[in-house]
Amino acid sequence: MKSMEEWDWAPGKKIVADLEKWQSGYAAVEEPYVSPDGEKIAAIVKTEEESYTVCVNGTPWEKTFDKVWSLRFSPDNRAAALVSDTAEWSVAVDGATWENWFEFVWNMQFSKANSAIAVAAQNARSYFAVLDDTPWETGFSSMNNLTVSRNGETLAAVVQTTAVKEGDINAFQKGCFSVAVNGVAWKNAFVNAWEIDINPDNRLVAVEVRHSLYDYSIAINDEMWPSSFSAIWRPRFNPVDNSVTAPVKSAGEWCLAKDGELFWERRYSQLWHHFYSTDGKSIAAVVAPTYGKWTIAENDTPWDLTFKELVMDAVYSPDNRHIACLGKTDGKWYVALDGKAWPTPFDRAWPPVFSPRGEDVAVKVEIDGKYAIAVNGKLLDIPFAVAWNPVFSPDGKKLLVKGIGTGKDEGKYCRHILETESLPRK
Amino acid sequence: MATTEPKANDEPIVLDDAIIEGAEKLSEEDIAQVINDMIRTEGGARFKAYLNTCMSCGYCSGACHYYLSRDKEPRLAPAAKVKQTLGEFVRKKGRVSRETLMRSCEIAFTDCNLCRRCMMYCPFGIDVAFLMLFVRRVCHKLGVVPRYIQDTAHSHSATMNQMWVQEDEWIDTLQWQEDEARDEIPDLRIPLEKEGADVYYSVIGPEPKFRAQLIYQAAVLMHAAGIDWTMTEFPGWDNSDMCMYTGDIEMTARLKKVHFESALRLRSKRIVMGECGHAFRSVYDVGNRFLGWKMPPIEVVHAVAFYDELLAEGRLKIARKFERPVTFHDPCNIVRGQGLHEKARSVVRQSCETFIEMEPNREHNFCCCAGGGVINCGPPYKNKRVKSNRVKAEQLMAAREKGAEVVIAPCHNCHGGLEDIIHHYKIDIEIKFLIDILFECMEK
Repeated sequence: MKSMEEWDWAPGKKIVADLEKWQSGYAAVEEPYVSPDGEKIAAIVKTEEESYTVCVNGTPWEKTFDKVWSLRFSPDNRAAALVSDTAEWSVAVDGATWENWFEFVWNMQFSKANSAIAVAAQNARSYFAVLDDTPWETGFSSMNNLTVSRNGETLAAVVQTTAVKEGDINAFQKGCFSVAVNGVAWKNAFVNAWEIDINPDNRLVAVEVRHSLYDYSIAINDEMWPSSFSAIWRPRFNPVDNSVTAPVKSAGEWCLAKDGELFWERRYSQLWHHFYSTDGKSIAAVVAPTYGKWTIAENDTPWDLTFKELVMDAVYSPDNRHIACLGKTDGKWYVALDGKAWPTPFDRAWPPVFSPRGEDVAVKVEIDGKYAIAVNGKLLDIPFAVAWNPVFSPDGKKLLVKGIGTGKDEGKYCRHILETESLPRK
Repeated sequence: MATTEPKANDEPIVLDDAIIEGAEKLSEEDIAQVINDMIRTEGGARFKAYLNTCMSCGYCSGACHYYLSRDKEPRLAPAAKVKQTLGEFVRKKGRVSRETLMRSCEIAFTDCNLCRRCMMYCPFGIDVAFLMLFVRRVCHKLGVVPRYIQDTAHSHSATMNQMWVQEDEWIDTLQWQEDEARDEIPDLRIPLEKEGADVYYSVIGPEPKFRAQLIYQAAVLMHAAGIDWTMTEFPGWDNSDMCMYTGDIEMTARLKKVHFESALRLRSKRIVMGECGHAFRSVYDVGNRFLGWKMPPIEVVHAVAFYDELLAEGRLKIARKFERPVTFHDPCNIVRGQGLHEKARSVVRQSCETFIEMEPNREHNFCCCAGGGVINCGPPYKNKRVKSNRVKAEQLMAAREKGAEVVIAPCHNCHGGLEDIIHHYKIDIEIKFLIDILFECMEK
């Protein structure tokens, strides 16, 4: 696996592929996807023989299939897709299929650290997960919320451990759902279980559960918090001390709870999507301090800045000193940094990206039907018909910008490396 | 499962064993505690204002299809339904009997469609649907809910859809419909997880389960209109919400969160919803607000408004008009709920040769008697449901006598309810969705 440092960071523009030429070579070309390093662009294509394959930088995979979908690039720049041949399904990676085929596969995921590939699969109405071509040994009557750990060593999913006949509401309310970790289900069953978090060393799995129709809690390695709440959202492990926090609703208001106890003192109209600084010392969350007003609260202190419609995609800078997010008011998208919004709104915006030391923020945005990259509040003068999220080099000195151009570059997928010194400053 | 039919005189009897089983577990103290807690914590100003304002003037009676269809049975007047349920709860300070609780449950769940017609006729605008939902919430908290709709709520909680559709079954259905449609239009797609697409299209659980042709038709329409659209691979595709109607509002919130965040993750500009009424109510009005959004965080467009927009912009063209005379049924949740009646008529007039108004119409139209989760309470209540909407049958018969051969209803629950009424009263009229008409008549 090539590290980011090894990517081509030489400044300049490179035309990687002319997509207009693809159109003439195939019966149909679907929307393209670009590798994280920007060196590859791929699309599902339909051949003249009515079969499907994947075209990467103009070259199709040798093998064709009855159907191809869910084309994505892994963090280590491999093209992967779900493929079907004679009514069976598998995963194809850079054109080579896994040895195992299934009645169906879906929900392809990659582990962030090492690009392990996980999918949900089904054979004979039995549901299980598959990690890098190795299926779980045990199947379940249903499975959802498949979650892969950061290093790809652990897969966890909500599974149904007891079958329920249609209409048997009593059996359902006794609890039929549990969590399977690497194919082994916990002993306890819950009325429901939903979103999962796995701690950094894979020893702990936390999940939000409902253990009656009215009582919500968090279960960690099959042990429920002793306390329950009237509603709950996804738990998160502290990356350093493995304590668990979750947004909980108590007495009609939302609060952050830690290890089963109310933790933050303020109460919110809504609180969700909390996240940690990498040192585990700070927690931030998307909150509505009052009804219909949205912002970020860091360590229980909300920003003064609020948005009417939403706040999302909040992230800490790698040095933990800054928080950036998107906010939306009156249909316009804003980028906010540390409680201040960039002055110019956008028609659409994508997740903010920090430079490694947190001094720069770059965002893919849409204005008037064109796409561009905004850096520190100002648009780069590189218009795109289609764009992908920007990437900073590990040393923070370069910015990778990827997109399909306009004008003389119409239909051409280009990879730009910019010196961050030349970027607009804050 | 209960099978008893209603008595001939339609006296209220408990039909549902789940209601009986649920109530048998409760003492009067249990009941009182939940009722009083609910009134204390959730019975806010609106609740108190409504209960204290009603003068029992009776204007609401003539607005209610239950009351009118059952020979003006006094206990079916909206104000009487409130009096028999919440009125008792308040008057007895929560200390009501199990029998009162069971009866309240059946009134709130099966004698009211939450259609809000009576609210329009009330001199004070009292929202009886809000009050009946309060009763349902009490019933949910006490575990006294009709079996079928409770099972549907369970499905929502386990799968995020109302039909126990597994994740692979959903995707497989879309791919099946895509394959079918490609026989007609070779380059058609049902794009899955297309990030940045303009339109995020969502449907309700019964579409993949029973009415997959509607997904096919929508795909053809999107293709013909040149829409940049997508559907999601993941839970969130079902915009429906029976938890809103069982009183499990916490689960409503979870369902709507998954739905909105699915569209936001894909950065679609707008959510276009298929032809469903209650789902629109949940997405546009109830669920978003329970989550803290005054308005939906992303534009939400009902199919009726979407069709009208496409026709107005010339993106959708009618090749030839539908020849058989049609009438139109105004679904409560998109007409009284959002005022889409003129847009619907615009679409009908542009696509059909002969349009015959049903009387009364627009916001004065009578409910189908399936809405509000009543049809989801299942077979035990089917006969009561059709008998309680004789006025709808009379509306349909009058339209039929004027020549209407087809009734268009852009709502799934309306379809279920109207089909039962048409069958029961032997009305020679066919029911269609708007997209059935457009699919037949548009340039492809």
